[in-house]
Amino acid sequence: MSRLPVNVLTGFLGSGKTTLLQRMLASEDLADTAVLVNEFGEVGLDHHLLRRVEGDIVLLKSGCVCCTIREDLGSAIRDLYSMRSRGVVPPFQRLAIETTGLADPVPILSTVMGEPVIRHHFRLGNVVVTIDAVNGGFHLDRQPESVRQIAVADRIVLTKTDIAEPHEVERLVGRVRAINHAAPIDLAGDPNLDIGGLLSSDPYDVGSRGQVVADWLRLAGEEREHHHDHSHGHDRNRHDAAIQTFSVTLDEPLDWTAFGIWFSMMLNRHGDDLLRVKGILNLRGGDAPVVINGVQHVIHPPIHLDAWPDGDRRSRIVFIVRGLERERIEASLRAFLGLSAL
Amino acid sequence: MCGLCGVLGGGPHWTDGATGVDDPSARRRERLGRVATVNRVLAHYALRSDDWQGSAYLLSNRTGKTEIVDNLTHLWQAAERMIGRGCDPLDPALIERLGMDRLGRGG
Repeated sequence: MSRLPVNVLTGFLGSGKTTLLQRMLASEDLADTAVLVNEFGEVGLDHHLLRRVEGDIVLLKSGCVCCTIREDLGSAIRDLYSMRSRGVVPPFQRLAIETTGLADPVPILSTVMGEPVIRHHFRLGNVVVTIDAVNGGFHLDRQPESVRQIAVADRIVLTKTDIAEPHEVERLVGRVRAINHAAPIDLAGDPNLDIGGLLSSDPYDVGSRGQVVADWLRLAGEEREHHHDHSHGHDRNRHDAAIQTFSVTLDEPLDWTAFGIWFSMMLNRHGDDLLRVKGILNLRGGDAPVVINGVQHVIHPPIHLDAWPDGDRRSRIVFIVRGLERERIEASLRAFLGLSAL
Repeated sequence: MCGLCGVLGGGPHWTDGATGVDDPSARRRERLGRVATVNRVLAHYALRSDDWQGSAYLLSNRTGKTEIVDNLTHLWQAAERMIGRGCDPLDPALIERLGMDRLGRGG
């Protein structure tokens, strides 16, 4: 049975999250999506409404099911799935969750991966984060949750670029890149923005996984060059100064057993500070590359790609960490991988 | 079940999931290889592990205290309880030990 992807849409108050959500709800790309929102009132559903299913659940003209979160998120997801099974709502193929502006998205990801009933039916999809070009820097300065949202994002949508000065936009992009260099940044104002793709293009979607991983590697490569050129040029504040993003490249094929021992030990001791770890591994004894993807303690099951996304067959791992030293992480990883050479 | 990592006892752990090995005997070899490798790390803490019926690990210290754990996530938690301190892979002493171990074995 294929599990339904769960997307998390997050972003600070006033960051354009609701506007993006409204565009999503009106888009035919999300016709088979169920969306959990905080409040109907905020989203302004009236002109999209087709019919009310029950008190908290409405069906939109686009085909999208929209539901408010009454109690806890876990109950809301289970209830919605139960209604899908009973035919009360259409058989949606995707679930999107809007978080409150101040939310740290990681507990939501833990709910999806941690509750056995939910995990049986759902898998994690992209975390989409909005940040606005006018106030984004202010939020990064003042709100640690804002930094965390950027750090765990799979896709970042920059909003309000039309009313921001170009140098403000450039500066914010630099700060966002310094926190998370492996997530593509899209402009909300781009008329060609692929709303559906924001949610659906992930490493677990067979149709887009090659491109998604290629994008990770391309962005990681750009970061390496940028790091050499301008690593000290950013204006880092007190919240994002502790967060570091870097890539480790391993020339030789590696042993999965040794990697798993190292990574499980890292997660146990430093999981809270491993904000994102993702990459592509060349495993000893295997032809197909393996993709790893984790957010703090939440680890996606590793997946095999059919082919390498580019000509480079080295293992490349992107780390986004808080308060951990890059040199020590790399030395530790190499020491553990050396165990398997014996 | 571990609420943080989402690992359900008895279910597959992510550390088992990448090699694509279906053959039971190959899986067993892989598992024994994992035990041997993890023991090189556990030696730093005067601990050792053994395979337990192909489905769990038996963690023990030198005084004979033992604990059965389902997977590597639980193994590190149990190891820390057993020694009363953290097992830190970034500890320079551990990194040095693993390097010396490798040199000593001709790696």
